[in-house]
Amino acid sequence: MSGALFSRLGAGGRGLVIFFGLVSIWWAAAVVFRLPPYMLPTPPLVAEALWNGRGYLFEHTLITASEIALGLFFGLSCGALLALTMVYSPMLQRWLMPVLVISQAIPIFALAPLLVLWFGFGLSSKVVAASLVIFFPVAASFYDGLRRTETGWMELARTMGASPYAQLRHVRLIAALPAFGSGLRVAAAVAPIGAVIGEWVGSAGGLGYVMLNANARMQTAVCFAALFVLSLMAVGLWQLVDVLLKRILYWVPDANRAD
Amino acid sequence: MNAHQIICPASGAPPVEKAIPGIRVENLKLRFGEQTIFENLNFEIKGGEFVVLLGSSGVGKSSLLKIIGGLAKATAGTVTGTDGLPVADRIAYMGQQDLLFPWLNVFENVTLGARLRREKIDRNWAGHLLERVGLADRHKVLPSQLSGGMRQRAAIARTLYERRPIVLMDEPFSALDAITRAMVQDLAAEMLEGRTVLLITHDPMEACRLGHHLIVLSGHPARLGTPITVAGKPPRSPDDPELQKSQGELLRLFVENAR
Repeated sequence: MSGALFSRLGAGGRGLVIFFGLVSIWWAAAVVFRLPPYMLPTPPLVAEALWNGRGYLFEHTLITASEIALGLFFGLSCGALLALTMVYSPMLQRWLMPVLVISQAIPIFALAPLLVLWFGFGLSSKVVAASLVIFFPVAASFYDGLRRTETGWMELARTMGASPYAQLRHVRLIAALPAFGSGLRVAAAVAPIGAVIGEWVGSAGGLGYVMLNANARMQTAVCFAALFVLSLMAVGLWQLVDVLLKRILYWVPDANRAD
Repeated sequence: MNAHQIICPASGAPPVEKAIPGIRVENLKLRFGEQTIFENLNFEIKGGEFVVLLGSSGVGKSSLLKIIGGLAKATAGTVTGTDGLPVADRIAYMGQQDLLFPWLNVFENVTLGARLRREKIDRNWAGHLLERVGLADRHKVLPSQLSGGMRQRAAIARTLYERRPIVLMDEPFSALDAITRAMVQDLAAEMLEGRTVLLITHDPMEACRLGHHLIVLSGHPARLGTPITVAGKPPRSPDDPELQKSQGELLRLFVENAR
């Protein structure tokens, strides 16, 4: 009976069940183990912090959000451009691929302090950090998609007298969109990580800054509130990308069926 | 001598239109590394003739077709029209799969060539073709919603939309079930009448139904056998005794060659 109830829930219903389930476990843990609020604040305390600090949190959310948005913009553009370059120039591909791999072998945690040193405490160092983590999944998957264009399609286009530009615009780019989409999904998931890491290392604003600040003052509830807003933002971004991709990739059977 | 035999029109062959060029292949040679796929290949297809090229897989049929279509380069030799002009820009190509673009609907797929060349779309011509292949009421449907036979019919319409005098087909019907295949063969024969067609197949039945002449490519390096002419005008009925006889002979020939 309960199985039937759960299987009838839509994506929104499932999300709510998961959300309230997690909150209940958290609350139960705080109560059962009698944890002090500075270790694990109860949900009502976090809700209170959220409400009381709404103006403050909103201000810093905007900062983090713009870092993520700018990071996505630059990361996606650079990633896509690099993928295109590598597809059209095998020589550059052989030189760039190792650099690309090395750039990912260095963890962003290690790089973040340098970025702050070079780009300052402001927005730019966070945008660079976010771009760096976004750029690789996008470049790698888009490159893969562009490279694996169905040869039959390309040959057909050639017999039809398509210029190289028309082949790219009407065949290759569109055929590679599903691959670009999977890169974009990963990018959407890691973008907040890049921005917040940048903020942790050195900043004067943003949700990462709020969390560090609150942590230092034992205002754990505020820390949780910032975390809550951050996860909300991450889930929202993911949903946005998901909806967008399903629109664009209407012709990919999986994109419509996957829920 | 071989070439002349092909030029001789079979009894009942349709009148050849003057404007339709044939295909002339001279001393064609193809090598992949150490391996010679074929060499000294000479034949001529008269304008307006439907010629079927048979041969087992791996013998070089598809490569030959791609060279004629300008999609691949020969190691040596030339391909020209019987009028002495190049053929690559006068061919329409139909591959082993229907190669419909999944993101375009049937109408957009049929008019793909115009889109690729940035020409104005000839809606009347496309509409007429869709009518003739029986897809007029499905012109807004995506290929994924069509059956295999319908997809192949859409591909035929797309091939004809190009108004090219020469049509190259690489096993276009091999993925269809026997009944659908017979129906699509009838349609193709009817709609391609008057054009110069070179069709590749490994199905003796298909060859005997559709071709004015059949040529067999076999051996390593591959050579062309003496052209075979099936009596009667294509498309021959599947229960035509002549067809049954030729088909049987062909199959026997293949089996003997394979030993």
